[in-house]
Amino acid sequence: MLLAILPELLLLTLAVILLVVEPFWKVEDRRKAGWLTFGGLLATMAISLLFGRPGDPQAVFGGMLRFDWFGFFFKMIFIFGAAATSLFMMDHEKLGRRGESYLLLLATTMGMGLMASSADLVMLYLAIETTSIPLYVLAGFMLDDKASTEAGFKYLLFGALTSAVMLYGFSLLFGFTGTTDLYKLADNLGPDRNMSLMVFGVIFLLLVGLGFKVSAVPFHFWAPDVYQGAPTPVAGFLSTASKAAGFAVLLRLFIEVFPGFADWTTILAVLAAITMTVGNLLALPQTNIKRLLAYSSIAHAGYAMIGLVAFSDLGAASVIFYLVAYVATNLLAFGIVMAFSRIAGSDEIKDYAGLSRRAPWLGIAMLVAFLSLAGMPPFGGFVAKVIVFAAAVQNPALIWLVIVGILNSIVGVYYYLNVLKYVYLYRMDGENEEAHPIALTRPYTIALLVLGFAVILLGTAFGPWFDWSTLGALNLF
Amino acid sequence: MNFPVLSLIVFTPLVAAVLLLLIPADRKNEARATALAAAVFALLLSIWVYAQYALNGYTDYQFVEKVSWLKVGQLAFDYHVGVDGMSAPLVLLTGIVMFTGVLISWGREDLHAPTGIQDRPREFFAFLFLLAGGVFGVFVSLDLFLLFFFYEIAVFPMYLLIVIWGWVKTREYAAMKLTLYLFIGSVVALVGALAMYWTAGQQTGVFTFDMLELEKAGFSTAFQNAWFLPVFFGFAVLGGIWPFHNWSPDGHVAAPTAVSMFHAGVLMKLGAFAALRVGIMLLPEGAKTWSWLIMLFAAIAVVYGAYIAFVQPDLKYMIGFSSVSHMGLVMFGLSTLNRDGLTGAGLQMFSHGVMTALFFAVTGMIYDRSHTRQIPELGGMMKPLPWAGIGFIIGGLVSMGMPGFSGFVAEFPIFMGVWQVAPLAAIIASISIVITAAYIMRNIRQVFFGEMPAQFEGHISPLTALDKVAIVTLCLLMIALGLFPGLMAPMVQTGVDNILRLLGGA
Repeated sequence: MLLAILPELLLLTLAVILLVVEPFWKVEDRRKAGWLTFGGLLATMAISLLFGRPGDPQAVFGGMLRFDWFGFFFKMIFIFGAAATSLFMMDHEKLGRRGESYLLLLATTMGMGLMASSADLVMLYLAIETTSIPLYVLAGFMLDDKASTEAGFKYLLFGALTSAVMLYGFSLLFGFTGTTDLYKLADNLGPDRNMSLMVFGVIFLLLVGLGFKVSAVPFHFWAPDVYQGAPTPVAGFLSTASKAAGFAVLLRLFIEVFPGFADWTTILAVLAAITMTVGNLLALPQTNIKRLLAYSSIAHAGYAMIGLVAFSDLGAASVIFYLVAYVATNLLAFGIVMAFSRIAGSDEIKDYAGLSRRAPWLGIAMLVAFLSLAGMPPFGGFVAKVIVFAAAVQNPALIWLVIVGILNSIVGVYYYLNVLKYVYLYRMDGENEEAHPIALTRPYTIALLVLGFAVILLGTAFGPWFDWSTLGALNLF
Repeated sequence: MNFPVLSLIVFTPLVAAVLLLLIPADRKNEARATALAAAVFALLLSIWVYAQYALNGYTDYQFVEKVSWLKVGQLAFDYHVGVDGMSAPLVLLTGIVMFTGVLISWGREDLHAPTGIQDRPREFFAFLFLLAGGVFGVFVSLDLFLLFFFYEIAVFPMYLLIVIWGWVKTREYAAMKLTLYLFIGSVVALVGALAMYWTAGQQTGVFTFDMLELEKAGFSTAFQNAWFLPVFFGFAVLGGIWPFHNWSPDGHVAAPTAVSMFHAGVLMKLGAFAALRVGIMLLPEGAKTWSWLIMLFAAIAVVYGAYIAFVQPDLKYMIGFSSVSHMGLVMFGLSTLNRDGLTGAGLQMFSHGVMTALFFAVTGMIYDRSHTRQIPELGGMMKPLPWAGIGFIIGGLVSMGMPGFSGFVAEFPIFMGVWQVAPLAAIIASISIVITAAYIMRNIRQVFFGEMPAQFEGHISPLTALDKVAIVTLCLLMIALGLFPGLMAPMVQTGVDNILRLLGGA
């Protein structure tokens, strides 16, 4: 039974070790905490993969958690994201030498792991809060920075409000059915279609909370401001792992609880179409790269929702695969932004002029990340998009949604290529880029290399990753 | 399994692109030499494939390789490659354009007006080879997913190549326009491909993107009629079909010379080839229903393109629109759906590829030296650049469809094919031959034989040896094909047999 929470236990152990060891280090040595976190996360991943693999799905802890491939695969995604983030944090001026920042990262990762495997409304709510509270603190971590404080506060207010609304939805669901167990809810709701109006009310309430987590329109308003204000590594983590956790809950909740009310796919289809369109259109006029990535991440939430709307095992698998590709790609993008702003001191897109001459390899990394976001081969984003669209076209009634998705990806190509134009074509004032190199410290080099290869691997040797996504998706049906 | 020569061809430029990026940025000549070595290697391999296909006796798909790429549930992607009589000449064409493109991009830095690519050649060749790898990949793909995979790889490096090394005035506008047009076309076609996938799977129980299997799927006529248009025109955008040709002349003009050669010489064939392979061969009933529309658009493109070329004062725009006109002839041939028309289209793809590569190479050489492409401002280039002049004249003769050159071998069957189906269309389109002759002759006179403006006296540096090798290679090919059509016609015929079998009867 403990095997089910092996990753969480290891994360907790790591957090405790960090808490105990860190005060004994001299302040200038505390960057080491980052290496400790990174190494610990890798070890957690390795041990979990070796010893903590699930077999047939089983309910553990009195039905609070479910031990299955779906949850396990998501946990690996979160830990991977946290490991990359810990590397990005190390050389951040304000986060790098503070043990608390790594501690909060580990706590939120643990919460995400529980989110992905929760099988009970009470557990689910606790997990969501365990995830959110450390993230509120991390977003507002730079207390002497107005933008960061604003980001933390804004995130907290939006988060608290939407999670209260969602909690109301949970309580109504309990009232209708008399159970909080996700796997009994569907039976108790039964085939009684007279309930449908109430059930749709509940679905709306749940969508408020989860829509906030995945930053779907119209619950997206926080994303650009928070991404811009929060420390960049935290913004990267928010836009990847946190979003993936939201999708894990969306998938399990909607597919397990409301299969008899599959009309929700229509609601989500409309929501997906609006999310993609709004995200992409608002990304067009952005001049700040973090805001651009924020709107692009809103648009990507819309693409991923297409797979959920398809409501099939292929659809669910396509969402998981999409998230894997998206997490690797977006972490790469945020890592580059972080590495760049550390030297250049700016997040404005126009300051990326001449980057390919200042740091050719950083330019190539930017190429990989942005072309993958735009959905070009041989990068992960292309395969992910094709599979999501394929899952939707399988149901001819959804072809309109695919067409909306395609039109949107064309808009996406425009603004992603526009950034690459600054990187490759434009030059710095004075045209002496060689005098302004962008040096990468070792953590960045490691993280960007691994992520870059991961993005290419996901776009070429995608077989095993999609196998696992399917394995996880089959647990839901 | 035999020696995987096609994979080797596809991956040679891709691997070379990665190797190039590993060379230090200041080692420009080493980067160029690596590029040339890779291009020669790919060219030799593609010649070998071409010759071997002929020696093996012109049968069906050859050099086939098939490996499962992904097989989960109902999703199945294969790595499945092979060439037939339609694609083997195009593989050869890509090898030739890649080789000559590298030669003319080498250039010289020490002249008062540097030629070729001097700014970051390492990145230039790396992106160019990424493009070349994608192009090779599309021509040999027998799996729809693989085809899309390579198709997109062939599209996006164009953006960078044009925007970084292109003509300063229009490059940003033209590069974005080109990319968006091509991307829209390809994703529209992608939806059609996914629809084919599921429909075929539900009908036959076998879910596959394998085009040889999809050919046998037996789609209903209603399905074919509905999906033929998005699939065919989605790809035909890249083939420069009227009224979706607008990106093409702008792209040609803005692109650096080697990229123009690739763009007009090979990429536009990519569109026509994919429209044929996916549109016509997988949805033959749809092709029969809509062939009148393709013929109409193609006829307009042929005449309209030639007319616009006639009135263009800019040399590169002129060639750009002449490409629209000549690619219109390819579509014209495809729309006949009969043996003569299809054979002509296949030959025209190769002939036009070589011819237009030559045109752009020569134009680039003149522009590098004179810094103008305005036809009225040029003159007397024959004296300082005799090789370029002779090359341009030979290209012009091919373009006019003069017997003895490859253009005649290609255009004659196209008109024969169209005559059988719609004599009126053939008559109308043949007006273009006259217009083409007019603008080609006028340009040869003005640019090469007119009086040389005073400011050029003594400022036109001679061509490099590499430039000459490129010109001679391209010219010899066109003459050889013109004198001995037997070198290629039987090969294309086998490809056409395949298509006719799918179209039923004939």
